This record gives sequence, C-alpha cells and structure tokens, in this order.
Amino acid sequence: MIDVTARYFAVFRERAGCGSEQVATDAATAGELFSQVAARHGFLDAQARCKVAVNGELVGWDAKLSDADEILFFPPVAGG
Amino acid sequence: MRFDISADAIDPAERKAELEAERAGACVCFEGWVRNHNDGEAVTALEYESHAPTAVKEGQSILAEALQRFEIVTAQCVHRVGKLDIGDCAVWVGVSAEHRGAAFEACRYIIDETKQRVPIWKKEHYTSGVSGWVNCATPAEVSGTSAQTAGK
Repeated sequence: MIDVTARYFAVFRERAGCGSEQVATDAATAGELFSQVAARHGFLDAQARCKVAVNGELVGWDAKLSDADEILFFPPVAGG
Repeated sequence: MRFDISADAIDPAERKAELEAERAGACVCFEGWVRNHNDGEAVTALEYESHAPTAVKEGQSILAEALQRFEIVTAQCVHRVGKLDIGDCAVWVGVSAEHRGAAFEACRYIIDETKQRVPIWKKEHYTSGVSGWVNCATPAEVSGTSAQTAGK
C-alpha cells in the first residue's frame, strides 16, 4: 500500500465534496487510482476524456505511482 | 511568447503591443467572448476554473509548437478564470508573422489546442437557475435518460 494525495478539480471537486484527500491505495498506476476514486465518489466522466498529472506533470494513465505522490485528476476540459 | 491564466480583465491593446516586431507584416488576434446561450440554454454568467501551473505549462507547449509549425514571429495567449459576465473576453490569442497566412493558421492552431488540452473548466449558469460544467457528463446522460452529449 502507498499513501498519496489525490486532488480534484471542477466537477470532480463538487462530486467528491473536497478539493483533496489523502488516499491509502494498492493502485499501481494513475489509471487504477482513478478507477478507485471515481467509483467511491461517483465520477461520471469516462477516463479516456479526463486527464491526470502526477507531481505537477501531465502523464498518461499508465504512469506508475509512488508513496507520497500528488495526483491531480482533471475532468474533461472546456477552455475558450 | 507568453501563456497566462488571469483573474483580471484582459486588455487586448496591452497584449497586442507585445507582438510588435519590425519584421512582422501581419498580426492576427482572436477574442473568445461569453455569449448568452449554449446548446439551447440561456446563459446568464460563466465561471472558469483552472489549475494554473499545469495550464501555463501546457499552454507554453502549445505556443512553442505553433512557433515550430508556422512561420511566425511570436504569439501570446491569455485565458480568464473566475466569474465572467455576458460579453466579457474569456480568452485572447495574438500572433505576429511576416505574412498573414502563417498568422491566421497559427492563431487557429493555438485556440483549438488550448480548448482541447489546457486544464480549464467552464461552468455555465442558466436563467433556469441550474448550472452545469461544459463537456462533463451529467447524471441524466449516464443513466440514459438523455441521448445528448454535452458541449462541443
């Protein structure tokens, strides 16, 4: 198990009811962690339409996680 | 080249001055404004949210790509965050180039990529009192009561 910080933005923050939380997880990748938190908080958007950043860098869903990582979950973007 | 996320009103004249160069013979600017409707709903206001450090990093990558792909002199982009009213400028893109073709193409590239890639989210407030995050799924869509796909 690792301990990480998950941060949520926009509709994810509203559905989670918080902007960030500490998560103890057995997820090996950013994608696995997304599936876990999405199920727990009832996120509705398909993973393929969302983005993830680990420790400040946008990464792919197969990015490996380490203890103390900060993972930012971004719902589908809508700039402009 | 500069990509900014700004909580303050955009001043196009000030931004445009930063594009000036003696070898530039063309300048193309694009402004995205808050309109009073979207997908058949009357919109009263918009709220933009961003994660600025990631947004600026991704935005700078887009500007660097534009410089590489098109024969331009320089480019700038600024996107608003916070609550905006109808008619407010939400995003501004400016490009200078020796010739107009590259300036038009690069400007189009920058706004299109910004809308697709930069971590910025838009919440619309409707006259009906409800609000919604553009491009994000709603419970009604997920449960299949609506066949519509949100946003563009």
